[in-house]
Amino acid sequence: MKKKIVSILLMAAIAASTLTGCGGSNSGSQTGDTAKVSNNAQTSGTANAGGDTQAEEGNVINIYSFNDELRTRITAVYPEIVETSEDGTTSTLKDGTIIRWIINPNQDGVYQDKLDEALNNQLTAAADDKVDIFAAELDYIVKYTDADIDAAMTLESLGINPDTDLADQFEFTKTVACDQNGVQRASTWQACPGVLVYRRDIAMEVFGTDDPVEIGKRTKDWETMKETAEALKANGYYTFSCYADTFRTYNNSMAEAWVAPGETVVRVDQKILDWVKDSKEWKDAGYFDPAVKGQWNSDWFTAMSSSSKVFAFLFPAWGIDTQVKPNWDGEEGAWAVTNAPLSYNWGGTFVLAAEYTDNPQHVKEIILALTADTDNLTKISKEYADFTNAKSVMQAAASDDSFASDFLGGQNPYTYFTPGADTIKMAPLSAYDQGCVELIQNAFGDYLQDQIDYDKAKENFETAIRERYPEITEIQWPE
Amino acid sequence: MKQKSKKINYSKWGYIFILPFFACFFIFSLIPLIDTIRYSFYEYFRSGLKEIGPNFIGMANYVSLLKSDMLKYAGNTLVLWLIGFVPQIVISLLLASWFVDARLKIRGQQFFKVVIYLPNLIMASAFAMLFFTLFSNKGPINSILLSLGITDNPIDFMGTVFGTRTLVGVMNFLMWFGNTTIMLMAAIMGISPDIFEASEIDGCNSMQRFFRITLPLIRPILAYTLITSIIGGLQMFDVPQILTNGQGSPDRTSMTLIMFLNNHLKSKNYGMAGALSVYLFIVSGILCFIVYRITNDDDPDGSKAASKKNKKMGRR
Repeated sequence: MKKKIVSILLMAAIAASTLTGCGGSNSGSQTGDTAKVSNNAQTSGTANAGGDTQAEEGNVINIYSFNDELRTRITAVYPEIVETSEDGTTSTLKDGTIIRWIINPNQDGVYQDKLDEALNNQLTAAADDKVDIFAAELDYIVKYTDADIDAAMTLESLGINPDTDLADQFEFTKTVACDQNGVQRASTWQACPGVLVYRRDIAMEVFGTDDPVEIGKRTKDWETMKETAEALKANGYYTFSCYADTFRTYNNSMAEAWVAPGETVVRVDQKILDWVKDSKEWKDAGYFDPAVKGQWNSDWFTAMSSSSKVFAFLFPAWGIDTQVKPNWDGEEGAWAVTNAPLSYNWGGTFVLAAEYTDNPQHVKEIILALTADTDNLTKISKEYADFTNAKSVMQAAASDDSFASDFLGGQNPYTYFTPGADTIKMAPLSAYDQGCVELIQNAFGDYLQDQIDYDKAKENFETAIRERYPEITEIQWPE
Repeated sequence: MKQKSKKINYSKWGYIFILPFFACFFIFSLIPLIDTIRYSFYEYFRSGLKEIGPNFIGMANYVSLLKSDMLKYAGNTLVLWLIGFVPQIVISLLLASWFVDARLKIRGQQFFKVVIYLPNLIMASAFAMLFFTLFSNKGPINSILLSLGITDNPIDFMGTVFGTRTLVGVMNFLMWFGNTTIMLMAAIMGISPDIFEASEIDGCNSMQRFFRITLPLIRPILAYTLITSIIGGLQMFDVPQILTNGQGSPDRTSMTLIMFLNNHLKSKNYGMAGALSVYLFIVSGILCFIVYRITNDDDPDGSKAASKKNKKMGRR
């Protein structure tokens, strides 16, 4: 009998341990829920005490983002935030509402996977688990502004009038934030006009001057650029690090979208093939560093260090602050900016309000504070060196030396950003941009490395596109 | 009477004890498995946030997979596996026979056993990341080669088919040869020392001893190693994925079957990925069947075959 009891106990213990093993996440979220409930009680208490009118606002604002860029900007400018936890996962507002920062990296589509999952559950999720605000990059914003999907609220339904509230924003940032019916569903605090960032020491050695105006004359278009590249090569320097660096200037001047709305045909633009042709020419001429293959890898980052022989990079404002600066190991003031051979736009983080959010009032306030308030935008420009989305501020900054950057040797980069921003014409976007941009660079990367021939590269691109987007029926190449 | 009921009780406990495993297996393995097979007959993917399907389309997924480059990726997988497996089995056999050889009396055996097993403890993706950094164009290996004057220009290891495949092979070799060595050592130690002694008295040299005695006697374990390694190789994913950034570059020559599967999952294409999984399942199933036959029939002290034979003899 005793044995029986012991064995029953043992069995129960084993069963319990396996069950807890399986249901670990469940019990975890349960404790989380109770914690939330007690929080709710507290916050509703304070809200009532304050006589707040926002009775129907939820208690948790969930913000989905792919890096801490959005978090640092919002915490810097949203005055309601009292404190942010040390690990950066939550912030508390004055009225007790909690902001939860949910950050997943962009790489390999992790961010979009998690976000899509959350948005698909938006209707059934508990109020405190609903997505309230999410970030989207230019490469995939169309996926989320689609009116048929209705994942993002229109700004109007939030109570923001794009024509008056966002009047100071650059026009192209508003156009790309619209759905297919022309209704704006997203807003951004930054515009991303690209410039040419170059090494002063190399310029001094090769051209005898490091003055941005003088160098700008040598980089004003692709023809002049080629002569400059030849001069650099003669002194043992490379103009750019690799063929991917120039891609955005071509990509941004495409006449048509990769995929026209409502169609399932990928049309490769002539501009892209021009990029392939020119890149081949440049690479064979030795204007690129042969050791660098594509962007966002360690070789590319090393090309920004002092031991590198690369003269320049094509970057918008964020590139200087987040890429060049951390990878540069020499003295401050070694870089400068000047005009790129072609004005272009690269990237941009947009802020969207998720449909069915339980905190529309807070969401509206945050979006306005982040993307429409000129004082806040000035602050972001000064603190984070973003090119912010306010025409008047940027116009003023172009001639205001308090915006000068130590990293650029006291140069005021806005002198070059601002005129660039005025002339930007955005290429038409499609929901397939991210995959097309990534896959065409990979497929033709092999060609540019002399691994495969031109037709094989085309074929590989077609295969890869069909894998990524099963609904694509045809891929058309220009004649 | 009393004894009989006791017997029943024991077997009941047995079932109860294994119940948690089977419950977990049923919920977390069997149901998803059946679902995978079911979805392989459907058109079912996501375009952006829109879900398309599931629409029943019969065998269309299977047919279009056969028309795609699937066989090429199967070939890639096989080549990558061979590059890793051939040196692995040779070195492992050599090390195993040295380690257990009583006459060599290798010192610090335990230490070496741990050292050769160590690479297997590192996560494959971390290992691949390490190699990626080491062998990148501006990485340490190239710096060393340049400063030693062996090359004038950095060698683009990962830009060539040969380089990439070799790196993947080397990594798989380094990760798994320790494991195989230890398994083969156990097999060799299982051989009765009498046989070795007898062979020595008969004037066997060490070569003959290895090829005539050790190798035939560990054949079942060797076959087992081979088959499990093929099944592991079929699922090769993390090393080439990280090393080539998921592209299987250059020219998709290091794209393995599972990387191909993963490409379909980027668009949540459960139908196509399901069909590919079923193909893999069938191949692994056949391999498992083979290993089952080998380990059961060739067993020298004979479970199945020997007992069959005995029965036959008995009948006669």
